[in-house]
Amino acid sequence: MSETSLKGRLGALALVAPLVLFLAIFFAWPLVSMLKESVSDPVGSHAFPLTAAVAGDWDRQSEPPEALKQAFVDDLRAIDDQQLLGDAVRRLNSAQNGFRTLMSRTIRAVEEQPEGPLDLVAVDRRWADVRFWRAVADSTNPYTDRYLLAALDYERDASGRISALPAETSANTAILLRTLGIGAVVTLACALIGLPYAMLVASVDGWKRQVLLGAVLLPLWTSLLVRTAAWFILLQEQGLINDTLMSLGLIGSPLPLIFNRLGVVIAMTHVLLPFMVLPIYSVLLSIPRNLMPAAASLGAPPWRAFLRVLLPLSLRGVVSGSLLVFMTAIGYYITPALIGGAQDQMISSVIAFYAIGSANWGMAGALGAILLVATLALYTVYGRLSADRAGGR
Amino acid sequence: MRAATLFKLLFGVLAVVFLIAPLVAILPLAFTSSVFLTYPIPGYSMRWFNELANANVWRMSIINSLIIGTGTTLLAGTLGTLAALGLRNAGLVLPGLFRTVFLLPMVVPAVVLGVGMQVFFVHLGLANSYAGVIAAHSVVAVPFVVVSVTASLAGIDRRVERAAASLGASPFTVFRRVTLPLALPGILSGAVFAFATSLDEVVLTLFVAGPNQRTLARQMFSSIRENISPAIAAAAFLFIVGTLLIAAIAVLVRRRTEKMKQPAEA
Repeated sequence: MSETSLKGRLGALALVAPLVLFLAIFFAWPLVSMLKESVSDPVGSHAFPLTAAVAGDWDRQSEPPEALKQAFVDDLRAIDDQQLLGDAVRRLNSAQNGFRTLMSRTIRAVEEQPEGPLDLVAVDRRWADVRFWRAVADSTNPYTDRYLLAALDYERDASGRISALPAETSANTAILLRTLGIGAVVTLACALIGLPYAMLVASVDGWKRQVLLGAVLLPLWTSLLVRTAAWFILLQEQGLINDTLMSLGLIGSPLPLIFNRLGVVIAMTHVLLPFMVLPIYSVLLSIPRNLMPAAASLGAPPWRAFLRVLLPLSLRGVVSGSLLVFMTAIGYYITPALIGGAQDQMISSVIAFYAIGSANWGMAGALGAILLVATLALYTVYGRLSADRAGGR
Repeated sequence: MRAATLFKLLFGVLAVVFLIAPLVAILPLAFTSSVFLTYPIPGYSMRWFNELANANVWRMSIINSLIIGTGTTLLAGTLGTLAALGLRNAGLVLPGLFRTVFLLPMVVPAVVLGVGMQVFFVHLGLANSYAGVIAAHSVVAVPFVVVSVTASLAGIDRRVERAAASLGASPFTVFRRVTLPLALPGILSGAVFAFATSLDEVVLTLFVAGPNQRTLARQMFSSIRENISPAIAAAAFLFIVGTLLIAAIAVLVRRRTEKMKQPAEA
């Protein structure tokens, strides 16, 4: 390697290094901390360090050893951070009902007897129950899979086996399915409008093509928020669509268009349509224009030439466009939040609710991890497809 | 055949109306004199623009958007331009990997990134600060800068730079006098994209900004949610006019630089 090329290499690295560093700190690290939140459960190990040290010696089935009980009593004596203690009690209570009263009684007993061994069963009969000790021992593990399991409506039962949550408490699967469903409907709507539109753009010339392309690009440049606000105005009860239909006498009372699924699908289709039209259009441009006349000269009627020639060739663009639209749609937050009702909220809204509304970063992180993995998987497929196309030329 | 043409025309018109009508429909409502965001408009007035300029929440949010947008443009513009210059250098190892990584912020759902930033910024002490919001906006704005500058660098004839070097110009002089002026349109349009991205960003702002960093987009979001008024249409009018204005400036800059290039080529 010559000296100049080494210098060139270092120079190139020095140019990309600031952005790499910036993205490592402000992009990669936040994603890692979100993923960490989804599996971390630090309260128990912070609050009960002595218990954590001996919890591994117990098999979780037999009578808990005296060392564990004594360590727990010593931990309760040592703790002076009331905030941490409160968090720990909440954590225990979420694993096993009844801990709130049990702990306040136990803490009082520990305060009355600051030295020596303490018979916890005499303080409260519940300490004879293995389930409570299991909850204490489990809480001292700094890592947990319960958020990830809960995000898919599963939990670990008392013996540690994974089982499905009862139907009335399982909301997340329904929301995940709804997210995929809305994404699929929007993708289909975009494909049904986008494919003929792209074909139309490719089939005309001059100012007609400029107008048709401009109509796709103008919304793309316009603020997403402005477009959503515009749909709010059009779709509302006294909006332009209902007013027009009523003044034409087509309907007697306003149609429900906003705060429901229909409104969300219409607005999202409008927002995402350019992402379908542009990939299909770029594929169509690469198809030789004499193929259709060739098919016709060989005796194929127009519908047949379309089905056998143009459609298969443009399918690749439809697949890339669909992946792009679907991938973006399942992560959407603003449009469903403003146009949709309570029954139309997608996974992003639930994540935002857990993070902003209830400060439950474990659940927000777990649902976020699912959305992140799904999106990256779709993006990988999309990347493969476009790489294939570039290589195939 | 005539039926097919008619059908094509009808479909084209309907599709264009579907794409454009919402953007047109919101504009006149910015000038309504009513307090309702509905048609028909009873009379025209500038009261909602006055509201934007004088009501504290709106005025603060516009100022915040300008501060944060400028910061994002400078930060993302600098980092993205440097990285695009590095990507162009043939000596860079694994250019494909770097390119993919630089585009990833466009792919990751904003809510996911928002949760991560909220958790992480608290540790860094950046929560509820201008620096935090500018950093967050720069993450999602930087891919646009990289793409735009990369495209304009790809159009530069390497021989021009080699000619300058062979005439005795130092690498820095070549960069300052040849590469930079030729890449300027791409850098400027990248900067415009970065500013526009910051202006329109809502989700990350929801997660990382405090009440003092409320931006115009954030304020529009909550007022559509909570108390809808024609002030939203007035803000949307500013957005649309601003977009057209910036696009026009970008086109003008490109025209001028192309004119400047012409005598050099002749």
